[in-house]
Amino acid sequence: MDWESVVGLEVHIQLATRSKIFSGAGAAFGAEPNTQACGVDLGLPGTLPVLNREALRMALTFGLAIEAEIASECRFDRKNYFYPDLPKGYQISQFEAPVVQGGTIVISAGEAEQRIGITRAHLEEDAGKSLHEDYAGMTGIDLNRAGTPLLEVVSEPDLRSAAQAAAFFRELRALARYLRISDGNLNEGSMRCDANVSVRRRGATALGERTEVKNLNSFRFIERAIRHEIARQIDVLEGGGQVARETRLYDAERDETRPMRGKELSDDYRYFPDPDLLPVRITEALLAEARAEVPELPRAKRRRYQEALGLSAAEAWQLAEEPGMAAYFEAVADAAPPRRAAHWMMDQVAAALNRSGLDIAACPVPAAQLAQLLQRIEDGVVSGKIAATIFEALWNEGGDVDAIIAERGLRQLSDADALTGIVAQVVAAHPAQAQQFRNGKAKLLGFFVGQVMQATAGKADPKQANALLLKALRNP
Amino acid sequence: MAHAANIAALRHGLDAGEYSARELTQDALGRIDATNPLLNCFITITAEQALADADAADARIAAGNAGPLTGIPIAHKDLFCTADAPTTCGSRMLAEYMPPYDATVVARLRTAGAVSLGKTNMDEFAMGASNETSWFGPARNPWRPQHTPGGSSGGAASAVAAGLVPLATGTDTGGSIRQPAAFCGVTGLKPTYGRVSRYGMVAFASSLDQGGAFGRSVEDVEWLLQAMEGHDPQDSTSAERPATTRAAAAGMTLGLPREYWDGLDAGMAQCLQAATRELEAGGCTVRDISLPHTAAAVPAYYVIASAEASANLARYDGVRFGHRADAPKSLDDLYRRSRGEGFGAEVKRRILTGTYVLSVGYYDAYYLKAQRVRRLIRQDFVDAFGAVDAVVAPVTPSVAFELGTVQDPVAMCRQDVFTTPASLAGVPAMSVPCGFCDGLPTGLQLIAPHFEEGRLLALGAAFQRRTDWHLRQPSA
Amino acid sequence: MNQEVLDKLTRLAQLALAPEEARHALADLRAIVDLIDEMQTVDTEGVAPLAHPLDMEQPLRADRVTEQPARERYQAGAPLTRDGLYLVPKVVE
Repeated sequence: MDWESVVGLEVHIQLATRSKIFSGAGAAFGAEPNTQACGVDLGLPGTLPVLNREALRMALTFGLAIEAEIASECRFDRKNYFYPDLPKGYQISQFEAPVVQGGTIVISAGEAEQRIGITRAHLEEDAGKSLHEDYAGMTGIDLNRAGTPLLEVVSEPDLRSAAQAAAFFRELRALARYLRISDGNLNEGSMRCDANVSVRRRGATALGERTEVKNLNSFRFIERAIRHEIARQIDVLEGGGQVARETRLYDAERDETRPMRGKELSDDYRYFPDPDLLPVRITEALLAEARAEVPELPRAKRRRYQEALGLSAAEAWQLAEEPGMAAYFEAVADAAPPRRAAHWMMDQVAAALNRSGLDIAACPVPAAQLAQLLQRIEDGVVSGKIAATIFEALWNEGGDVDAIIAERGLRQLSDADALTGIVAQVVAAHPAQAQQFRNGKAKLLGFFVGQVMQATAGKADPKQANALLLKALRNP
Repeated sequence: MAHAANIAALRHGLDAGEYSARELTQDALGRIDATNPLLNCFITITAEQALADADAADARIAAGNAGPLTGIPIAHKDLFCTADAPTTCGSRMLAEYMPPYDATVVARLRTAGAVSLGKTNMDEFAMGASNETSWFGPARNPWRPQHTPGGSSGGAASAVAAGLVPLATGTDTGGSIRQPAAFCGVTGLKPTYGRVSRYGMVAFASSLDQGGAFGRSVEDVEWLLQAMEGHDPQDSTSAERPATTRAAAAGMTLGLPREYWDGLDAGMAQCLQAATRELEAGGCTVRDISLPHTAAAVPAYYVIASAEASANLARYDGVRFGHRADAPKSLDDLYRRSRGEGFGAEVKRRILTGTYVLSVGYYDAYYLKAQRVRRLIRQDFVDAFGAVDAVVAPVTPSVAFELGTVQDPVAMCRQDVFTTPASLAGVPAMSVPCGFCDGLPTGLQLIAPHFEEGRLLALGAAFQRRTDWHLRQPSA
Repeated sequence: MNQEVLDKLTRLAQLALAPEEARHALADLRAIVDLIDEMQTVDTEGVAPLAHPLDMEQPLRADRVTEQPARERYQAGAPLTRDGLYLVPKVVE
């Protein structure tokens, strides 16, 4: 039987504001339990919410970036349910009138680009955390996260595979980081994803019964959990059963989804307009401010990298994913050959960052120095190999590329006369190998190049050495 | 006798050194000690703190930087959060609750140098019209202690009527200031929604709750209003408006809504007629008007107030503050028993009603319907105020009833028939004493357009210049 | 309004009713439903719901941290805490 899977994602993006969405408590990650929960976050009697302007601005920036409709007014509602990490017994969210409606995110998951519709994106407050480690047989509640601003992005059921879902999540994360509305840190839960999954016979138009899979917080888990859930549903249907509409939790350790307990009552959230908050007017001034924060977006960047800079699709993806990386790359590529810059970014720079555990923002080699270094390769002043040692020097000790070349005498020997002499010496010193070469053992050319390099401490221009060697070997 | 003086006289007495704030405070505390066992109008008496505050007030007066209320004794309804005294809301749920902060109203009065003597009795979570739902037993009416002082701000009205304090704060959601003021023969003002900050006022129904003032005269109430009112950035629904200033009463056109005669006791009707004649004699014109949707106010109010309350009271879950059941077996058991034990029957009825009108299948028929009715009721007032400057009306259908005689919860709700329309519309309204029926006081209700408290003060003061109902005092 | 609805409401609202309250609850709620049904006769065709009595817009707060940690003060009256955490009976997901 041929099945088609239909997937929609709900992604919670934690917005990178300094304070909470409705209170003046700090919103930083990792504080001591309950030290960043103020009276409003704790739901103390008499406390009231006041909306953080920056959270709203970030939501608008996101909406503009995905070319959504932004209504002139949005509103906050209360979503009512009891849970110990939900202090007020309701979550302030947006139900009837979300800040962002519609819009598109374009993904490319191996195949051609695909447009994924966005149903809506709304602002809401995050809940706290339940710590299930044993506290004398009880659960501990930390409300530091309560009230952290979230932007919940809901996609249309336009995704057709687990891989596409993961690609969508990846694209959304890149976008959030580009827009500087979230740090996108998956380990700290800055982006969390639920998936609505159903399957139907290929060619059918009606949607099958769906399940909601919760707790998908990494690229790998999203793909694995959805793939697993699709397979489970197909098994159920092929076995003559029916898919039950339910919420399932992904268990990463066992790599399976299982029905969530205790959710049977939460089907009636009794949404109604929060009477503590008034309708939010989206003014032109606010929109202009939000628009000013939309930079060139990942997709446009990738296209430009490919079309204008001649990079491959994979190179463009890798360099455009992180805004910091992209900015550095562009600074280098501005003053050096772009393709060489791209290769160096993904090779030496990435490796060095990896080794030292640094972020590109903390890269000790200024982009201008790297550009200068790459230009010196281009100019034939140094070889790639020598350049790598200069890069290491720049990384460890800093300094100026040209100064390092001059001080350490690293300038490539491109003086043809000097090199011709050395080549002649090398050929003369290895008559047996020279004879073998002439008898057809062409790969011995590498041996001779190596000898020349050794004799010049690596400073010979390999291209020139090659040419001179060929000449010397063929015409003894 | 200082305790019978009005605020202007007290101010003069304090400033002239005729008596100190400490003496005024001691005098009031003595009368509270003597009378409270009978009237039960205070839940908490903060004698020690009051004397310290009085000494601070005396120092300010001596230093010549006293404000209008410096050294004046006041009392707070026990739902204004006070950092130095328990805030019980008349509930077992909060019987031991000590807020970690002051309500904005409390802070403003503290800054003004007013001396708070304690926290006044009230219906549990302000739900009730007789003070009988208080966990601490009902406050009593000083005119006839076997009768109700009204509710929910019954303790405040009783304390002012008995001369225990010259001023008291209260809150009015559907009549909770005006009805007890009428029952106890004092002046009570419910300002425009948004005039007085709700921050730190334990919420009953957020779109209706409004802090206000009790005093023995309109002039006294004006002193208190001016200290309470004003924009508060911590309350999103707080309005930015110029301070209240008294308008001119003479020449005003007043509307007497014909719907407000329905169900009015004959004796009450006579008082109302006599009062309108006094207003006419003072230079006002009184004409017949219609507020056609008046009859729908109580049901619409009940739906909206209960819906909001059902969410506002969800935070009382036994986890972070308030009553917690002993030895809970599970999370649900903790919730159900903590809330079941902590809340009284009336609060539970409202929570269940609010849950009902918001739940799937009933939301449109009840909650949305009530909101549509609310718009019609507000429009009634807007239309009326196109033709008249203010509305005159009864406050209650009858005088204070005997405690224990109104058992039916629905009959109790109907007590609010003349007060809920102004609450739903958000317009300011005031009750001034206008006579006696069967030896118990009755009130005249004055209602003005949004933020036109100045008209109420002018009309009320003009009325009180022509009458002496407000000067009558219950016999000791 | 029937017992089944009432049971659902007490579950949603997490309320245990005392035996005395449970005896009255259904009759009380029926009377309340009768009361609120009185507004059904009002013609509200074409009338937009009114959520709030004021024609005001939501004020916006600058994104500044104004609250300092005060866990001890907030937990002073908390029913049960340990290591700064609020404790509840074990939650099973």
